[in-house]
Amino acid sequence: MTDATLQPVQDLAPPRSQWRDVWDQFRTHKGALTGLGVFVFMTLFVLVGPLIWRIGPDYINPNVLVMIKSRNLGSSFAHPLGTDQLGRDELARMMSGGQISIAVGFTAMALSIFLGTLVGVLAGYFKSLDGPLMRLTDLFLALPLLPLLLVMMMLFAPMISHAMGVAAGTFLLIVSAIGVTSWMQCARIVRGEVLALKEREFVLAAKSVGTPPFRMILRHILPNVMSPVMVAATLGIANAIITESALSFLGLGFPPDFPTWGRLLFDGVDLMQEHPGLVVWPGIAISLTVLSVNYIGDGLRDALDPRIRGR
Amino acid sequence: MLDAKPAAKPVKTLVEVRGLKMYFPIHTGLLRAHTGDVKAVDDVSFDILEGETLGLVGESGCGKSTCGRALIRLYDITSGSVKIDGTEIGHADQTRLRKMRPTMQMVFQDPQASLNPRMTVADIISEPLSEHTTLSKTDKLKRIYELMDAVGLNRRFANRYPHEFSGGQRQRIGIARALALNPKFIVCDEPIAALDVSIQAQVVNLLEQLQDEFGLTYLFISHDLSMVRHIADRIAVMYLGKMVELGPRDPVYDSPLHPYTEALLSAVPEPDPSLEKTRERIILKGDVPSPANPPKGCNFCTRCPKVMDICRQIEPEFREAEPGRFVACHLYDQNNKTTAGATGGTEADNEHFQQGETK
Repeated sequence: MTDATLQPVQDLAPPRSQWRDVWDQFRTHKGALTGLGVFVFMTLFVLVGPLIWRIGPDYINPNVLVMIKSRNLGSSFAHPLGTDQLGRDELARMMSGGQISIAVGFTAMALSIFLGTLVGVLAGYFKSLDGPLMRLTDLFLALPLLPLLLVMMMLFAPMISHAMGVAAGTFLLIVSAIGVTSWMQCARIVRGEVLALKEREFVLAAKSVGTPPFRMILRHILPNVMSPVMVAATLGIANAIITESALSFLGLGFPPDFPTWGRLLFDGVDLMQEHPGLVVWPGIAISLTVLSVNYIGDGLRDALDPRIRGR
Repeated sequence: MLDAKPAAKPVKTLVEVRGLKMYFPIHTGLLRAHTGDVKAVDDVSFDILEGETLGLVGESGCGKSTCGRALIRLYDITSGSVKIDGTEIGHADQTRLRKMRPTMQMVFQDPQASLNPRMTVADIISEPLSEHTTLSKTDKLKRIYELMDAVGLNRRFANRYPHEFSGGQRQRIGIARALALNPKFIVCDEPIAALDVSIQAQVVNLLEQLQDEFGLTYLFISHDLSMVRHIADRIAVMYLGKMVELGPRDPVYDSPLHPYTEALLSAVPEPDPSLEKTRERIILKGDVPSPANPPKGCNFCTRCPKVMDICRQIEPEFREAEPGRFVACHLYDQNNKTTAGATGGTEADNEHFQQGETK
């Protein structure tokens, strides 16, 4: 121990950035790496794919006879994943639907995690806010979500679509609707964690140092509630994609000419027995995305915890 | 030791506590009505002189830790005044308190719990620096290395996390954090209770060495009486939220005034087996009363072996019984001295006398 005093300061590398350690640990998690690979593949598939596979997702052959003949085809070189009930190319629809589904999933998750963490931390940390904020959470939990979403869509969809265009308007509306109605679990988990953390001695120690509440939360509380938030976030993505599908299915999500994975799935349900491909492909896409995100979240959670890191 | 110290330099009172009360309210019933208080610290007054170590002892739950924490305003105190280095902080708001933080720091009991598991040692030690100084990154790192040297931690450990250390090393990290801002006063809240014995000695010696080096003043809270005897200059004894005795170390250990101190000290094991055989333990009967509902009169009257009638009626005052020695006991009441209980009173009087002679 004493030999350290002989070491000049210059000989020691300055403390490493924490993110390098996080990445090093993340790389050792096989599931997370596979998940990351799959997720990158899915993202490239939906973003770069349409640049290579140039059939429009909404292209219906104007010639009625050809169109009728090209309905519900199996896979072929012209249509690798077959065609749907209107003769549209399933691969192109999968790509363009994936863009919307993944975007909705991530944005809605981000919004719901942000709201949930904010409410949870405020309620847990500030005693005076605990009562009102948690009653608000209870109130949201007690709301029947699907009917609420339907009403929101019905009331606001025309207005917002008019102001911002159909695609952007619906996207915004769906994301905020899903985000605003799914933050409660996260808030409750975070509040519980914060209540426990607040009594830990290191928070008291920071208080004795004179750390003000805002930095206390950023430095001591938030990093320690990362794990449950990470889990809630990965589950939230799956939830958001599925809720969006349900809304589309009920006719109140994106309009029918905007394909999303959920919509493709529901469109295919009627023909499931004759043409299983119409259900299987979007189903696989949703499952793969959700699964890969879950694994990434798992790996990230381990990598962010210094006690697990380096094992 | 104590006699020598004040002679060497003029004594300045660094910490002045008057009538400190820390009550935790009890809320019961459907409406959470305020039905009572847990009187964790009830009207405690004492001074801590600059450069000395005041040992605060007492059994579990007597309010030692609460007293220490209330002292540096980790709690909002119920009433009383706390003056540290001439500044009144008893009821200061958080902004003013924040400016005072560098003067007073704390070392915590459980080194595992008092370090954030997600921060590296360098981050932990630099937290006070980033809160109160505007050092550049390199200066900060230099200061961190200085502090790590001061507490005997290898500089290479700067990048590690608390869980990678042993208990003693963790406590060193906690001490380095407390030292970062050159405080004058450190509350050591049972800093050795969670460590095993060999490490305890290391940490206590480190604390003593740092005290000499930086001229620190400690409030050393512990229930380990032998360790307190080793480190403290003066001893304060608490029972059920009240201070029962306060005095210089050797007189308190050699001839305790308060019956509770006597009982407490009789529990210290004696390393010499032949002396250990003759050691007379005073075993107190019964339990500590609840601090929410302390007995009438003297807090100790339910268990005191020398209890008198007056103890159950009137609360004894905390007063100077001998020069420099304070005690809260009716045995030492001025007007009661001659009529005090035949056993305790006279015995104690003899001890006074001997003590006076040696001085």
